Amino acid sequence: MTAPVPISLEVNGERVNEHVLPRLNLADFLREQLQLTGTHVGCEHGVCGACTVRVNGDIVRSCLMLAVQAHGASVQTIEGLSDSGEVADLQAAFRDRNALQCGYCTPGMLMAAQDLLNQQTEPDREQIREHLSGNYCRCTGYQAIVDAVETTARLRAGRQP
Amino acid sequence: MKASAFSYARATSVANALELLAAHGDRAKVLSGGQSLMPAMNLRLISPELIVDIGELAELRGIAVTGGALRIGALTRHVDLQRSPDIAAHAPLLTEAVAHVAHPAIRNRGTIGGSLAHADPASELPACMVALSATVVVRGPKGERRIGAADFFRGIYETALSPDELLIAVELPVEPTNSAHFFHEFARRHGDYAIAGLAAQAVMSSNVFADLRLAFFAVGDRPVLALAANRLVNVSITPAVLSEASAALAEELDPQEDQQASASMRRHLAQVLMQRCVSTLLGRTDLDAGRSA
Repeated sequence: MTAPVPISLEVNGERVNEHVLPRLNLADFLREQLQLTGTHVGCEHGVCGACTVRVNGDIVRSCLMLAVQAHGASVQTIEGLSDSGEVADLQAAFRDRNALQCGYCTPGMLMAAQDLLNQQTEPDREQIREHLSGNYCRCTGYQAIVDAVETTARLRAGRQP
Repeated sequence: MKASAFSYARATSVANALELLAAHGDRAKVLSGGQSLMPAMNLRLISPELIVDIGELAELRGIAVTGGALRIGALTRHVDLQRSPDIAAHAPLLTEAVAHVAHPAIRNRGTIGGSLAHADPASELPACMVALSATVVVRGPKGERRIGAADFFRGIYETALSPDELLIAVELPVEPTNSAHFFHEFARRHGDYAIAGLAAQAVMSSNVFADLRLAFFAVGDRPVLALAANRLVNVSITPAVLSEASAALAEELDPQEDQQASASMRRHLAQVLMQRCVSTLLGRTDLDAGRSA
């Protein structure tokens, strides 16, 4: 049973049929088998949030999920959200506000921030911080990231930033 | 790091999961949400030979209110607890506590059954179960057992579950009228494991506690139901009464020391939590003087 297991799932809207070893986590599956390297791998034990992806609409840590557990699921990665334009305004706000420096945490930050903005139209700064609390950034000091998310929320609500 | 190699079986029913566990014993590990098991495997703290994935067992999912009890299936996720109107109405302590369990992406996968079976002494839900007098329902080859939460937790990562048993559900008594609750934890970052925490459930009778259950976490090898709370029941609380109970609490606790805090710091924080809990529940700011965290 340590042999590869067949899985079938949807990734960014496309049907994917692959064989995976049970020990392979979803992050490594996306990066190494599907070459979707926008999902980053930081701590590999659920602390840093760099590997955040969407599974069946919910954000999850892809390092804490086995690829075999994604059988039958719909997965969206930063490539999917970026290509569809879903987070284009958020990405622009991050760029404008210098909310990224090395960029390692950015895909996970965008996934988590977009998740918040889908749930709440105008979160306050405390709620933004709370929702991003599971995502580490070692460059920016977070202030600019919170600014960018706040600005995007205001613009989406049709208000001045 | 990455998890070491293992075999994988996707259980098709509770009976099927129990057969797999009976055949493989403690060489197998049950996988539900994986938010405690996967980090432990990635860090190579454990290397099971077989993973029994129960994630597809819909019969273990969901929240139901029947008679005087709230039944929560083992696979119910933290986010489901957080959003449940039934939990908010009948066990609001749990609604408040779940917001402190890790971060949104973790709460979308982690399950109550997984958290309780993992039994990390610093985690919130085991303490809530003790404060709420929950019953843990487990099933094994010989049938079902019902275990009181206080007897379920046995030590660090240790429970009354045997390797061939599966945690099925927890049952909580519906909160009586005149109930009140308090939850607070000290952590380095919101969502991190607590340095010290308190889940408290009380029954009030005018300005007196008719019942007070203080379940501390991260201050022992399991959730600690403080005996010192008995000193605060059915008495008029004065600063002197509270101070005696606080001293008794410090005496009773035997916290561990780690890189986050010394034993004496944890003892101090537990005393602060008790004081804040009592003053908050009674609405008495005069009881919260002189002690800071």
